[in-house]
Amino acid sequence: MPEPMGFYTDTTVCIGCKACEVACKEWNQLPATNGGCHQMSGDSYDNTQRLDGIHWRHVKFIEQFAENREGGRWLMMSDVCKHCAHAGCLEVCPTGAIIRTEFDTVVIQSDACNGCRDCISACPFGVIDINPVSGTAEKCTLCYDRLQVGMVPACAQACPTQSIQFGTIRELKQRATARVAQLHGLGEQRARLYGADENMLGGLNSFYLIVDEPEVYGLPRDPKLPSRNLVRSSLLSTLGAVALTLLGLAGFRHRRMEEVAATGERRPDA
Amino acid sequence: MPDTFFTASPHWEWFIILYFFVGGIAGGSFILAALLDFFGRPADRALVRLGYYVALGGVAVSGILLTADLPRPERFWHMLIESNTGRPMFKAWSPMSVGVWGVSGFGLFAFLASLGAVVEAGVFRWRVLGWAPIRALAARGPALAIAGVGSLFGFLLAGYTGVLLAVSNRPIWADSSFLGLLFLVSAASTAAACLILLGIWRKVASPTALDQLARFDRGAMGLELVALVLFLGSLGPAARLLFGWWGLLLVVGVVGAGILVPLAMERRGRKAEAEPGHRRLAQASALVLLGGLLLRVVVILSSNGTHVIGSGVSSR
Repeated sequence: MPEPMGFYTDTTVCIGCKACEVACKEWNQLPATNGGCHQMSGDSYDNTQRLDGIHWRHVKFIEQFAENREGGRWLMMSDVCKHCAHAGCLEVCPTGAIIRTEFDTVVIQSDACNGCRDCISACPFGVIDINPVSGTAEKCTLCYDRLQVGMVPACAQACPTQSIQFGTIRELKQRATARVAQLHGLGEQRARLYGADENMLGGLNSFYLIVDEPEVYGLPRDPKLPSRNLVRSSLLSTLGAVALTLLGLAGFRHRRMEEVAATGERRPDA
Repeated sequence: MPDTFFTASPHWEWFIILYFFVGGIAGGSFILAALLDFFGRPADRALVRLGYYVALGGVAVSGILLTADLPRPERFWHMLIESNTGRPMFKAWSPMSVGVWGVSGFGLFAFLASLGAVVEAGVFRWRVLGWAPIRALAARGPALAIAGVGSLFGFLLAGYTGVLLAVSNRPIWADSSFLGLLFLVSAASTAAACLILLGIWRKVASPTALDQLARFDRGAMGLELVALVLFLGSLGPAARLLFGWWGLLLVVGVVGAGILVPLAMERRGRKAEAEPGHRRLAQASALVLLGGLLLRVVVILSSNGTHVIGSGVSSR
């Protein structure tokens, strides 16, 4: 069994070149949006706009500029499936199409998925969507096919600044911790890791170094598993079923009892 | 910003809204028919049979809606049998997996109950209906066993849909634990309304049975009001998605037209005997059905419309 593998994305060195997006699309043979007639976002250099079934990498462009355009900064972040140790998509998938691989990554088997879309609503990060060509839910596989033959995922190989780093989670965490210490030493006190901690869904096998609040990057502060609502929700529904049964019994049975008592009528089969 | 605002919509739209509505009515109709089967009088037999037919028709429509909603409908069976191993596919912790088995199990019992009803009614003279095992379905013992077990599946079908939405990370759905309860009581209420309407139309419901159904419906609507208040109260910051047209539709359509107005109308009409044509009761029931549909429209579409941040573009 190989060690858990994943991505460490250092957003501070991302230059927004989108080589990862292109490499991902080429290797995984993902189609163009709307047959190539893509609508520009019009308010940003970010024209990919979101992760979905045909965009498994998405470079976010976060523009922090004051009204007078002074002292602004760009935050760029190559977003991808987080390959959560406790994965919401895998939890709810009713076909068994979503599996955990020997590399501790999460993969949707396209030949088993029927497109029910439960995983889309279960993902805390909005990563998954339907690929209109296959009609199934798709997302980053962490290049499962390349990993199986000892290759580096296409995006990490293409990244020219080593913003996307691939390796064993253990080694990546060491590198990331050292980098945060370095940035703190340089005066960037906002530097922090997102998802490296096991408190977040058991640890994200794709974690980030960010220099602002998670929400600024479009990341939830405290992502949770969908199953957190399962027991409470089921118990309350069962309580409702009991209440309705009592309501029904009170209405239908009492009337019947009254009638039997009044007329001495017997059951039709008795 | 609630964490549920960072997620993507599963694009569950009109097929699923209709399924939640029809499936709820199917499950509720079966339960009400079973109650009448257990405790009703001989005069109620036609209404019992109607309830089982509604259940079977409803679950058939549900199956079609659910399959049609899949981008790969030919793979619907992957939810019952694991496609690569051939083993049964079941996850007790996945509401959709439980629901798929619930719909299938309910379909089986609705079919058996309807078959028993057809034998009992004697409307078809097919030779297969004379076969002893099928004739036995109409006998008191087996019929009540089918009614009892099928009712459990009925509750499952009517209630799991809200749990399915709650076990996600979507705004509104996952921000409350009361959706399963709310959909369940609404299903009971809409099923009673549906049986009242069909019973009046087919002239198979006695005034006593109509009274019982109407009284049950009033109780269910009372429970629904309580569940709605609990649901809205538990939403927290996600409730802001309902400040607007969706909230207006919820207050005017679901609470007003779908619950308060029918309750007021039935209060005035009260005794079914007092009103030969049952016009007021029929109108009230039609409004209940409308309210039940609107509830599902509001809950599903108000959440679907939310793509608050996904692009990560923000400016200060």
